[in-house]
Amino acid sequence: MAEQDWPLWEVFIRSRTGLSHKHVGSLHAADQQMALQNARDLYTRRQEGVSIWVVPSAAIHASDPAERDAYFDPADDKIYRHPTFYDIPDEVEVL
Amino acid sequence: MYTQGLDQQGSQDNTEHANADREREAAFQARIDGEEKIEPRDWMPEAYRKTLVRQISQHAHSEIVGMLPEGNWISRAPTLKRKLILMAKVQDEAGHGLYLYSAAETLGTSRADMVDQLLDGRAKYSSIFNYPTLTWADVGAIGWLVDGAAIMNQIPLCRCSYGPYARAMVRVCREESFHQRQGYELMLALCRGNDEQKRMAQDALNRWWWPSLMMFGPSDNESRHTAQSMAWKIKRFSNDELRQKFVDTTVPQAEYLGLEVPDPDLAFDEESGHYRFGAIDWEEFFAVLKGNGPCNRERIEARRSAHEEGRWVRDAARAYARKQAKRAAAQAA
Repeated sequence: MAEQDWPLWEVFIRSRTGLSHKHVGSLHAADQQMALQNARDLYTRRQEGVSIWVVPSAAIHASDPAERDAYFDPADDKIYRHPTFYDIPDEVEVL
Repeated sequence: MYTQGLDQQGSQDNTEHANADREREAAFQARIDGEEKIEPRDWMPEAYRKTLVRQISQHAHSEIVGMLPEGNWISRAPTLKRKLILMAKVQDEAGHGLYLYSAAETLGTSRADMVDQLLDGRAKYSSIFNYPTLTWADVGAIGWLVDGAAIMNQIPLCRCSYGPYARAMVRVCREESFHQRQGYELMLALCRGNDEQKRMAQDALNRWWWPSLMMFGPSDNESRHTAQSMAWKIKRFSNDELRQKFVDTTVPQAEYLGLEVPDPDLAFDEESGHYRFGAIDWEEFFAVLKGNGPCNRERIEARRSAHEEGRWVRDAARAYARKQAKRAAAQAA
């Protein structure tokens, strides 16, 4: 019987100010402080980031990939959401 | 009658299941053929999942066990600079192991289970790490040859069909280049040194050359998993193709060092533009894989005792986290 792992955390890193945090991977840690320290040692050994978020993996609720098509289908037929849908005469500038 | 009826019912169900599976498998293969990445919660054939867990966990174990031969020299590095470099490299290997365990965990196998499989001998790791590091030059030879061979293997894995594995490999490859270059530079320093240092470098090449060629795995006609792994785009090149590529790039590097590759049959073939090399001793490879290499027992023993001796730290961290959580809850109430 395997010993239980520490809880799993997802790691998000802001690579430089002005950019959003981006998912980079996961790690195990006993608590949030250790998760942050481990994330720094594991994912930013070469100046990959200026800020780290760690989130318990169990707290993430995700859409179901098997229902991807049906789920995102409503966006398909609303072409009027795109600027190219509108016909504007060439003479009109800055629009 | 009754039982027969049940049987028929069962077999009909099974055919329906089999048909549904075949359809799903065809759709899966179509995604792979279209170079679409497969992500953790997507449907995938059980065999694909199993192959990946086996390969990624073996890869992770190799990174972790791979820290041992080099770690052996940290306390005896000849200068502070070399010591810092070696510590950074060994720390990277630990990091690579962790990226890979986390990629494998997305397939539904826990890291604790994978580590257990390594410690009780069910899981394999790269046979190369069962060779000893006898001199300081071995640290150079490992960086140059072993990491060099690993890079050849790993660059195509950055395009592997399984997203988390491919992404982990991108990180690994970015870091691996430092490993190979520091190893070559170390060899270069020895080769530019005195006679004894040069002899040391040659001796290291003599001992690491053949095991490095074996790292690419059995020859294509002996390799059980190659065809399916290539169809699933887990693997992009065959073992022999990668091995040839490694020989072609490494021989000129050895020549630059002024070292001799320990293979009397090695010759450049003008027509094909490739180096022809001598026969690999596959008996040695399979013996090491089976557990009879020079350091197999020592390596696993070292991992086991590290695991056991670290247990109290893991338990203490867990207890501390529980206590803090309880306190926070009490304060909130």
